[in-house]
This record gives sequence, structure tokens and C-alpha cells, in this order.
Amino acid sequence: MIYGIALLAFSFLVGQWIGTLLGHWIGIDSNLGGVGFAMIILILTKEVFQRKGWYKPELEYGVDFWGKLYIPVVVAMAASLNVKAAVTSGSLAIAAGIIPVVIGFFVFSYLNKSQKTS
Amino acid sequence: MSELIQVIDSYGLIVAFLVVGIIMFLSDLISKKVFRSKIPGSAIAIFLGLVLGYIGGIFGGGEKGLSDIPIFKGIGFMGGGMFRDFTIVATAISASFLLIKRSGVAGMISLLLGIIIFFTAGVALGWIWGFRDAVTLTTIGAGACTYIVGPVTGAAIGASSDIIALSIAIGVVKTITVTVLTPFLAKRIGLNSESAAMSYGGLMGTTSGVAAGLAATDPKLVPYGAVTATFYSGLGCLICPSVFYLILEYLL
Repeated sequence: MIYGIALLAFSFLVGQWIGTLLGHWIGIDSNLGGVGFAMIILILTKEVFQRKGWYKPELEYGVDFWGKLYIPVVVAMAASLNVKAAVTSGSLAIAAGIIPVVIGFFVFSYLNKSQKTS
Repeated sequence: MSELIQVIDSYGLIVAFLVVGIIMFLSDLISKKVFRSKIPGSAIAIFLGLVLGYIGGIFGGGEKGLSDIPIFKGIGFMGGGMFRDFTIVATAISASFLLIKRSGVAGMISLLLGIIIFFTAGVALGWIWGFRDAVTLTTIGAGACTYIVGPVTGAAIGASSDIIALSIAIGVVKTITVTVLTPFLAKRIGLNSESAAMSYGGLMGTTSGVAAGLAATDPKLVPYGAVTATFYSGLGCLICPSVFYLILEYLL
């Protein structure tokens, strides 16, 4: 099981490293898609391990454990957001936080339907 | 009693596991008994989390919701960036590389489209609210992308601190809106496949909002939405203070 967690940690660190390097390289002092790179590295490593026959259920269990913790972590995150400031910081914050999302839903729905019919 | 407080104080993260476990248990119960499983337990749990964040903001008086109350400080650690990103990456283990590769181009297009839509809508609303200078409008538009793009952009182009705070608030409201609306609207907008989740993540952007919303809709879609959404903030930080700012400055 620890091998799975170690594999996850490896993918995570390399992905964040690439994201940070990319951010520096472009000149914005932030992480550019580190989580995305980490996810892709993890998926690719899984493919390689499966091909070589190193992939064991035990290994997946270590990663899966953390994946299943995702929702509880999000609940904790929601509880530690500055909800009060977001709700009370004026009408523009509320409007600019909600209206574009509604537009986004319409655009997504439209794109999704046109994609399916074509 | 003081011994118990001492224990709670020393093992914040463990306390957080217990508290979140109780929230999840109550949410599942509410989901089954009150909503007859029509609204998933995880959606209720995330909503309860937000309510607790609000209550925590009132009693704690800080910026980190419930975790500003000393006995709940572990909640902030559990819900912080390290655990959030680590667990999102872990969800990728169940994703299929072929599917991601096949929908990759559509995902990238939706990323760009999403940033343009949110930025433009944010700027338009800022304009309606009476702001006229390019720096402020760009920061507001960037905040409408995510609460990371807002402050990064604002700092880069020299916006005032109250405008930066406003942009963060806009981004947080966006995250909350996406989290709450996604499970309710998923069926109506056809958000039911892996490739749709990838486009959705790119269009909406906010990784936490998208992933939380998808988790409440259908957990198997989470990695697909997250894999594109995670590039949104980075791309937004890249083009908001540069291309978009220059365009706005030229127009005004």
C-alpha cells in the first residue's frame, strides 16, 4: 500500500515541479497546471506499470484511499472558505460571481447539444 | 475539561477527520430521510461545509471560516491546498488515458472559451457597477475567472488592495455557485459523460468548484473535470494581466 502512496507522491511532486518551472519560465510567479501534469504522470505511470506487470491491487489501494478522501477534503475546504466575506462584500461580488456562471451553463448546454447532433 | 481542550488543540488534523466524518454522516442521513436520496449526501455535506464556513466567519472573525476558531483549526489544514491537490491527483488513478487524449483538443478549446466568457462577463458587470479604468476592470474580470487569477492579475498590473479583495470575493462566490448549481443542473445540460466533464471543467475553470460539483453529481467524472480545470487558473494568470489588460487599455 505504501508503494501506491509513494507512486502518487512521486507523480504529485514531479507534476508540481513541472507546473512551477513552466510558471517561472513564462514569467508568472504561480503554478501553471501542476495538478494537471501530476494527474497525467500518474495515469501514464499506471499504464507503464500495467504493461510491465508491476501493477498490483495493493498498489491501487494506496492511491484509491486518497482519491476517496477527496469529498471529505472538499467539505473541509468549504468550511474554511471566507464565505462570510463573499456573501457580505457587496452586490458586485455576488453578481460577478453568479451571472457569468449562469452564462457558462447556457454556453455549455448549447455546445453540448450541438456537439451531439453533429 | 482542560485536558480535553489540550488534546483537541494538539491533534487538530485528527479532530478534523472526526468533525468531517460527522458532517458526512449527518448529510447522508439527511439525504436519505429528507430528500429520499434525490440530492446526493456529498452535495449536502459540501453545502453544510459552506454554512459552517459562514458561521465560522461570524464567530471566528477571520478569513478562513470555521478554521479560525481554535478548536477547528485542523479543518483548515485538512481543506488546505496540500490535501486538496493530493486527493484530486489521486482520483486520476481511475481515469482512462485514452479518453483524456481523445477529448484533449475539445478540452483545450473550452478552456480558452471559458476564460474569455468569464473575463468578458466580469468586465461588463464591473462597467455596469460604474468602474471605468482598465486596471480595476481587468482585476474584476480576472476575479470572475477564479480567486487565484484575480489577485495574481491585480498584483501584476497594480490594482488597489480593496479591488484585489473584491476580485477574491468574486472568485469565491463563483466557486460556491459552481459547487451548488452543478449537481442540480447536470442532467439538464447533458453533463453525463467523461468527455462532457472535460469540456465542463475547461469552461467553468474553478478546480475546487468543478471537482466538488462533479463529486456531488457523479464521482467518476471528477478526474476528467479536474484535469482540464486545473489548467484554467494557470492560463488565466497568463493572459488576463497581459493580452486582456492590453486590449482593455486600448479600448478605454
